[in-house]
Amino acid sequence: MTGAVELGLIYAVMALGVYLTFRILDFPDLTVDGSFTAGGATAAILIVNGVNPFAATAAGAAAGLVAGTITGLLHTKGGINPLLAGILTQIGLYSINLRIMDGANVPLLRQETLITPLRDAEVLGTWVSILIFAALALVIKVVMDWFLNTDLGLAIQATGDNPAMIRSFGVNTHRTKILGLALSNGLVALCGALIAQYQGFADISMGIGLIIAGLASVILGQAIIPPRIIVVATAAVIAGSVLYRVAIQIALEVGLDPNDMKLVSAVLVVLALVLPKWSVLRRVPSIRSIRRSAAVEPTAGDR
Amino acid sequence: MLDLTSVSKTFFPGTVNERRALTDVSLSLAPAEFTTVIGSNGAGKSTLLNLVAGSLTPDSGSIVIDGSVVTRLPDHRRAAYIGRVFQDPMAGTAPTMTIEENLAIALSRGRSRGLRLGVTRSKREFFQAELASLELGLEDRLKTVVGLLSGGQRQALSLLMATFSEPRILLLDEHTAALDPSRAELVTRLTADAVERHHLTTLMVTHNMEQALRLGTRLIMMHEGRIVVDVAGEQKQRATVADLLGAFEKVKGAGFDDRTLLQ
Ligand SMILES: Nc1ncnc2c1ncn2[C@@H]1O[C@H](COP(=O)(O)OP(=O)(O)OP(=O)(O)O)[C@@H](O)[C@H]1O
Ligand SMILES: [Mg+2]
Repeated sequence: MTGAVELGLIYAVMALGVYLTFRILDFPDLTVDGSFTAGGATAAILIVNGVNPFAATAAGAAAGLVAGTITGLLHTKGGINPLLAGILTQIGLYSINLRIMDGANVPLLRQETLITPLRDAEVLGTWVSILIFAALALVIKVVMDWFLNTDLGLAIQATGDNPAMIRSFGVNTHRTKILGLALSNGLVALCGALIAQYQGFADISMGIGLIIAGLASVILGQAIIPPRIIVVATAAVIAGSVLYRVAIQIALEVGLDPNDMKLVSAVLVVLALVLPKWSVLRRVPSIRSIRRSAAVEPTAGDR
Repeated sequence: MLDLTSVSKTFFPGTVNERRALTDVSLSLAPAEFTTVIGSNGAGKSTLLNLVAGSLTPDSGSIVIDGSVVTRLPDHRRAAYIGRVFQDPMAGTAPTMTIEENLAIALSRGRSRGLRLGVTRSKREFFQAELASLELGLEDRLKTVVGLLSGGQRQALSLLMATFSEPRILLLDEHTAALDPSRAELVTRLTADAVERHHLTTLMVTHNMEQALRLGTRLIMMHEGRIVVDVAGEQKQRATVADLLGAFEKVKGAGFDDRTLLQ
């Protein structure tokens, strides 16, 4: 079970990225599956080629920044619908990731990675490593909280909330969207780089269905900790990510087939999305429902 | 301050849905001139404001604000000059963000936004003082999410956000229409105060003729994409609702090729 908590904390980095697009930017970004693998692939291939694991991990994150930027450009400059823009980048990345790895996977056996010191000290799967990964997630959370409360961060928040309004105050929403997508996918790819090192390999299919895990984490977290402000919301995302991994672990221990996990995750997300709409279960209006009911004066198209 | 020269705008040109929204409109506003705009539905009032704000670009003609040609600048690049309040109280604020965050966004109007904290202690004090002037008790609710405010409160906040960073031009599009009479009265009073205090060059669309006559220093009436009545100063002071209705009937009878001025 400590393993599940560890995984949950590492995947929380990805979930924070998903939170940034889905909740803050109101942009359902499907680039995630591809950018996660891109991060893992880039870091793994660099490590195998003798690059310092810190630099390799940073390069992995940078790959995600680029992927997010491309989705952002497709959507804003190309006028492509958000879902499609994300899918296009994701599919394109499949080929690119194969190129990066020069094959379908890169083993990291006996390579010096960021995880090696932990493994050598035999702290993996103990409270020590949980603390270390928790600290990592927390640092990223705090930086994200700070960023979203800067002038630029407020502009990004408002871009997801009321784009016409924020444009009328002089913000180029193309730029804020591209920036948000880049940062989000940077986090996702950073997570991919960490996971590749944690599991000891990068693999072309490591990102498949990941968006569902990210969404499930965000939704689960917000179900247990109703977010009112960013600081709470990002904490909820981390909690949700851990909860999600623990739930999967329990399902496996109960004897469910690992191959069924994607279906279980999908059903979980559907339930989390649908249940709150049934009146019996409807709770106090969440911030989200306020946003939905907030009609925005139509303007001459999104620029 | 604001000069529109022969501005025209047609929606969906060359299709069955073609709509001529504005035809050859010229309008020049002096600094601090407060102009009310009336006219029937579809007359082109909102289109006029959208062109000034840059939400729409004209098919022909030019728009100059304070000496700079802005005809083709997108809305976000004109924002430094223009404050705006819409009819829909939801349109002018970010609903999931707090009052102080909305105000911080508005305060940085038209400036580049970097990595400085959006809401600081000194800004908070300034916000409290400004909110107190609305007399709605919002100064004690800085951390309230704007989506929880009533329509009137949101509209008063939108007005504050549009004006307190001192744009050159204020555009108001039926901004009191969705409010109950007492709230509408409050927002109208706040509008007059803000325009006076910041010397804003203002275009205010309203369907309330009495309001259009009472407020401002100039009045224009639009019909089928043209300005058909334009009165200012004493002439406006003397005009009555009956005069406006009379002028409107005359214009309607004459068809839109005739430019009739109120005598
Ligand atoms: N975005 C748009 N797309 C297509 N047609 C439009 C658009 N905006 C306005 N129009 C058309 O342009 C004409 C002028 O509309 P506009 O909204 O400027 O009128 P208005 O004077 O503001 O009317 P109201 O008093 O009803 O608000 C109308 O015929 C309208 O149908
Ligand atoms: Mg209108």
